[in-house]
Amino acid sequence: MTGNHYAIEAEGLVKRYGETRALDGVDLAVPPGRLLGVLGPNGAGKTTAVRVLATLLTPDAGRASVLGFDVTGQAHQVRSLIGLTGQYAAVDEMLTGVENLVMIGRLLGLSRREARGRATALLERFDLSDAGGRAAKTYSGGMRRRLDLAASLVGSPQVLFLDEPTTGLDPRSRTELWGVVRGLMADGVTVLLTTQYLEEADQLADDIVVFDHGKVIASGTSDELKATTGAQVLEVRPMAGHQVPVVSEVVEEIVGEVPEVSGGRLTVAVRDPAVVPAVVRRLDDLGIVASELTLRKSSLDEVFLALTGHRAEEPVKDDEEAYA
Amino acid sequence: MTATTLPAPPRRVSPGATVSQTLTLAWRSLVQIKHNPWELLDLSIQPIMFLLLFTYVFGGAISGSTGDYLQFALPGLLVQNALFYTLSTAIGLNTDIAKGVFDRLRSLPIARSAPLAGRIIADTFKQVWAFALLIGFGMVLGFRVTTGVTGLLGALALLVVVALAMSWMSVLIGLTASNPEKVQMFSFSVMMPLTFTSSALVNPDTFPSWLAAWAGVNPVTHLSDAIRGLLIGGEVARPALISLLWAAGFMVVFAPLAIRVFRRRA
Repeated sequence: MTGNHYAIEAEGLVKRYGETRALDGVDLAVPPGRLLGVLGPNGAGKTTAVRVLATLLTPDAGRASVLGFDVTGQAHQVRSLIGLTGQYAAVDEMLTGVENLVMIGRLLGLSRREARGRATALLERFDLSDAGGRAAKTYSGGMRRRLDLAASLVGSPQVLFLDEPTTGLDPRSRTELWGVVRGLMADGVTVLLTTQYLEEADQLADDIVVFDHGKVIASGTSDELKATTGAQVLEVRPMAGHQVPVVSEVVEEIVGEVPEVSGGRLTVAVRDPAVVPAVVRRLDDLGIVASELTLRKSSLDEVFLALTGHRAEEPVKDDEEAYA
Repeated sequence: MTATTLPAPPRRVSPGATVSQTLTLAWRSLVQIKHNPWELLDLSIQPIMFLLLFTYVFGGAISGSTGDYLQFALPGLLVQNALFYTLSTAIGLNTDIAKGVFDRLRSLPIARSAPLAGRIIADTFKQVWAFALLIGFGMVLGFRVTTGVTGLLGALALLVVVALAMSWMSVLIGLTASNPEKVQMFSFSVMMPLTFTSSALVNPDTFPSWLAAWAGVNPVTHLSDAIRGLLIGGEVARPALISLLWAAGFMVVFAPLAIRVFRRRA
């Protein structure tokens, strides 16, 4: 494995489904111990990428390796080093929490006692000890996800793939799961996490790549990405709601772009910070009082919008499942 | 960090590990019975309902007495049940795919064949259980095995062999059906007419000639005749041989197809 410094590496991955290119030349490189956030809307190819890296799909072109092992030629070795948690909580609903984990442990070659011990420890860690004896079908969504994540950790993987682990979870369960992921990172596990939630990537990821239509369209740290679009964001909220249209005209005239209005607040990307005093003066001339007037770095959401032309969480098309 | 600093993971699964993984996955399918002992009964409710309905509703009309009809129909019901049961492999497999359990198993460093083999072993065990249940229930109602233990075991063995051959078709359906409901529908719309247009439940001599001709070809007829012969006496060798030939034919057609689809998915 000469010169391999990455835990996960992919070069020019292509996966076609008929006319659709689910992956259209994807390069990835994740150094050991880092968390890469793969951000993108439904159908961007995130799940396909995870399935290729986790040896579930063979790419049509390109190559990928996990800890130096090729995902197609050395799939068995790759499988013994990875953990996978998919979009759906892949637990056997008829089995209890303990049995689900014992089954995985036994499959991984642990003795009955070791498997039981590992199951107990993991259930404890994921706050499922009390539910361990109940069939998984009685679990809540958040509990199932935690059990699913526990199942992917039975083999103490060095590389973990988390495919939209918090999709469909309530905010509390989501925050809990974030805590678990942070704990894993503290253990030195390399993580590739896909998400549609910009906040999630912002919260957890060391590095972020943005997927759209099977391609990586941007990559970097959260701050780098926010800086790449070059734009800062001006937000203005007039004190009086009926003045929104006037303020909108003023901003458009000075900045040269139509601001977005939501909830009485105008938002517009600005490239030249000098427009701010100009806006302030014009509003002052018109006798309009702004209750809020700020210039800030763009959020990941806005970066995504600038990069792709559509919002990240807008359901573009629901065809990711068809790729699965 | 380079891969060379790590203990090199094994390149493939040893035969011993393959066996142990297969048994673990068979255990997984069977341990559910521990939580839900009625599950097996659930799956047997339909044949028991048929057994009761046919015996007491139609028995008198068909055979003149319910007792005579039970003696005739129980072997046929065993066949019908075994054939329906082969589709539980398809349903289980399909559910695993739909729920993502199949992908989880495929992402583990285990033998590629283990999930399939484990499931088939478990389903074979359930076949044996269902056979015992129906025979037992039938005997309570008055069914008598007149050929002794050898005949009984022979009937079980024949049913299991045919069911195993049929399970290749089941695997193919399980891997390709879009959801478990489709599998259920298939079992109803194909298996039901197939078993009714045979000698399983009635003597086909009363069929119109075109249907009787079909019943003569229908593999379910031969299998039913063989099982009947093994349990209550009558011709065995010829129908059993034809049944086994059908089973072999099924395997020759469906095993390669199923394995091809499985390889592509696994």
